[in-house]
Amino acid sequence: MLIKTSHDGFSHPTSSDITSPTVYAGRRDLIKLMASGVAGAALSTWAAREAHAQSLGATPRPGKGTALPGARSTLSGSVTMEKLTDYKDASSYNNFYEFGTDKADPAKNAHSLKTTPWTVEIEGLVKKPAKYTLEDLLKLSAQEERIYRLRCVEGWSMVIPWVGYSLSELIKRVEPLGSAKYVEFVTQADPKTMPFVGSRVLEWPYVEGLRLDEAMNPLTLLSFGMYGEVLPNQSGAPVRLVVPWKYGFKSGKSLVKIRFTDKQPATAWNKAAASEYGFFSNVNPNVDHPRWSQATERRIGEDGLFAKKRKTLMFNGYEAQVGQLYAGMDLKKFF
Amino acid sequence: MSTLVMPRPIGVQMNSLLLHRFAKPLVFGLSLLPFCWLLYAAITQQLGANPAEALIRATGDWTLRFLCLVLAVTPLRVISGTPALARFRRMVGLFVYFYVCIHLLSYSGFDMGFEVADIAKDIAKRPFILVGFTAFMLLTPLALTSFNRAIKALGGKRWQGLHKLVYAVAGLAVLHFFWMRAGKNNFAEVAVYAAILGSLLGWRFIRFIRKNRL
Repeated sequence: MLIKTSHDGFSHPTSSDITSPTVYAGRRDLIKLMASGVAGAALSTWAAREAHAQSLGATPRPGKGTALPGARSTLSGSVTMEKLTDYKDASSYNNFYEFGTDKADPAKNAHSLKTTPWTVEIEGLVKKPAKYTLEDLLKLSAQEERIYRLRCVEGWSMVIPWVGYSLSELIKRVEPLGSAKYVEFVTQADPKTMPFVGSRVLEWPYVEGLRLDEAMNPLTLLSFGMYGEVLPNQSGAPVRLVVPWKYGFKSGKSLVKIRFTDKQPATAWNKAAASEYGFFSNVNPNVDHPRWSQATERRIGEDGLFAKKRKTLMFNGYEAQVGQLYAGMDLKKFF
Repeated sequence: MSTLVMPRPIGVQMNSLLLHRFAKPLVFGLSLLPFCWLLYAAITQQLGANPAEALIRATGDWTLRFLCLVLAVTPLRVISGTPALARFRRMVGLFVYFYVCIHLLSYSGFDMGFEVADIAKDIAKRPFILVGFTAFMLLTPLALTSFNRAIKALGGKRWQGLHKLVYAVAGLAVLHFFWMRAGKNNFAEVAVYAAILGSLLGWRFIRFIRKNRL
């Protein structure tokens, strides 16, 4: 390729990526210091943590949007060490039917989405129903970076660094009533800014839902950004859900309403084809889609043309974190 | 000596163009262009985030397009009075088979990793794969009997009868495409191909009825 990127090796995006000579020259002093006595013992844990952080590598910013930094999450299972999907692929290959059904459509058409001003209404069975502005939501809890696997029901997957915080932080603020059993997520449906709203593929607005305990699981992320920047429009700006152990369509984009209910919400794909898309839609290699196998997946950008597809993991590899939510349930019946 | 030059009818003009000795190589080259482009795009990584999917879909699209072209030859020949069009029918038909082979190879290789057991399971699992595979199986004897000696060996009538299988292939191809798109309820493109193939087959049907009544 004629255009050099940071992946080509010797070109560096910024001078700050290069270790300064003074730090480099001082490395042996640091080791000596750590080797010496009590001070060394204290420092070595710090050094080990630094080394760990370095092995993860700071998420490179694509430079496409406003920065939205988040501290690496310390939540168990929330930071996979797998190779990140290229930002270019993650932002140009996805489903967002409000902008067209082809996976290249959202990136082409979503520029028309208006994300300011933006409010998210919390209603239903809660003590404190409220209308949050985006600014309020951004400040509601500390922003974290989480690196999740994303498995699409169509059989492809990515690894994406999201920025946001656990949805449970918001849920705790609004204090659900004892009668609240489910959470319904209503997404934006504005035919003026979303050209395919009104097409007969799905019912609009696109509605998704979770059981309250699923929504309260700390892995369930209310996300405002990815790759260290605010979400691009095509990825569900300005605020979306990310539920990493479920097929991607469960994670509603461009949320405008969160409603607490006592009845299982009627969700968009379930209404369109109940036999194909269940309410739970947990990633499960043992339960096939009626029209295709879910046992394997293609990792976008990583598995080359001739590479074999990789095995799909139970709950997308988050079984340790979420398996207990479904204890005793027949997952073939509640797919 | 002066001659009065009469404007020749379009069909006759077309006919002499099509009889030009470069006409066949030109059509051959044009028909290979999509393949060359896909090969180039695959090598230079211009097929997007999911090149396997892009290749499988593009080769499927081109199979359908060549199927439309080959079925358009006879109606065009009769309607426009251009007998020379018939010279291209076999080549275009073989390009249908060429693209469907690459389509099937892409699917078997990129999607299934050439695992015969997985492919067999997939054919049983997914009706649209079964339909596509059936269409491929029906096309195979047509490609195998496309040379002159095969026509002689079979006899013209029987050969023609066998090659009427392409009508079934057209129906199966549209069904295959329809089913593939059913997941997204996105039938706009399917409708275009169905309309084109439907009218090409409809024209033959009407001609058949008229012939048999007369």
